[in-house]
Amino acid sequence: MAQVMQLFWHFLLLGCIAVGGVSTVMPDMYRYVVDENAMVTARQFSDLYALAQAAPGPNALWVTLLGLQAAGWSGALATTLGILLPATAFSLVASTLHARHADAPLALAVRRGLAPVALGFMLASGWLLLRSIGHDWRGYLIALITVVVAMGTRLNPLWLLAAGAAAGMAGFI
Amino acid sequence: MPEPRNAREIFVTFARIGVSGFGGVNFWIRRVLVQEKRWITDREYLEGLALGQILPGPNVYNLTVMLGYRYGGTRGAFAAAAGLLGAPLAILLALGILYQHYGALPVLQRALAGMIAVAAGLLLANALSLAAALPRRLRPWGFLVLAFAGVGVMRWPLLYVMAALAPFAMAAVWRR
Repeated sequence: MAQVMQLFWHFLLLGCIAVGGVSTVMPDMYRYVVDENAMVTARQFSDLYALAQAAPGPNALWVTLLGLQAAGWSGALATTLGILLPATAFSLVASTLHARHADAPLALAVRRGLAPVALGFMLASGWLLLRSIGHDWRGYLIALITVVVAMGTRLNPLWLLAAGAAAGMAGFI
Repeated sequence: MPEPRNAREIFVTFARIGVSGFGGVNFWIRRVLVQEKRWITDREYLEGLALGQILPGPNVYNLTVMLGYRYGGTRGAFAAAAGLLGAPLAILLALGILYQHYGALPVLQRALAGMIAVAAGLLLANALSLAAALPRRLRPWGFLVLAFAGVGVMRWPLLYVMAALAPFAMAAVWRR
């Protein structure tokens, strides 16, 4: 139980600094559950992330799957609440302040100033996903094709995930 | 402009968005709330999204809570959040249990390896299209590289990297 509480506190902390979305703090979830506490393996971490992309709802809910794998039902509750409680609190405070406009000086500083930092973190997230399948050239190729298609078309990502699964099953990767 | 009648209508509307949101919720939020129900204008949607981006957490979730609050107070906010998350959470938990039973099967492991590569590509595509909007100046790109190197290469705790970079990154844009 102490381990689940620690998981909750860590995700609560990450939930408070996840400006730009949950994928920005993914490297630190990895560091905590894989590197430091060995609650899930590197491959399970990435498996669950990929699986969640194919499910409906906000992508960030993959933390629920991660918590479930790491520590069962209480783990799922810990990671989900850890991320959602700060998001809920901040959104309610923003609502009560009638903060309609995102161009107040502080809001602008956060949005413009933190954007490059958040993007660096997001790139690190993509990097660790590729690392978990062994930095394989075929993995890079699939990721590259995905980047080109996703940026060049408005195709639903589900089709790309299905194509990736098919390529994997056919033994390409 | 039309408004939701009660918390129940807020819940049902966001529940529809939640289950429709295969491959991303943003598209459905806009389609249902702006085009179909007309609870908000396109401009309000974009402003809400921009505000969601400076709050921590999932952007669409932040937007959902703020819209729910606007139409039904705290009760509306929780109705919207519960609607958006309820069905997806149930589906994800079912997937998680299936994964615990069958995830180690070789054929699934191969399928998942392909999906991981695609998921990485989707994440990188998202980051790159956001990066295209960064000013073509040395400083923001320097912060980007430092953030990536600290967390991705050196694997330092993200909180420390954030604490070290955020004050400078915000001060850099504050002066102008």
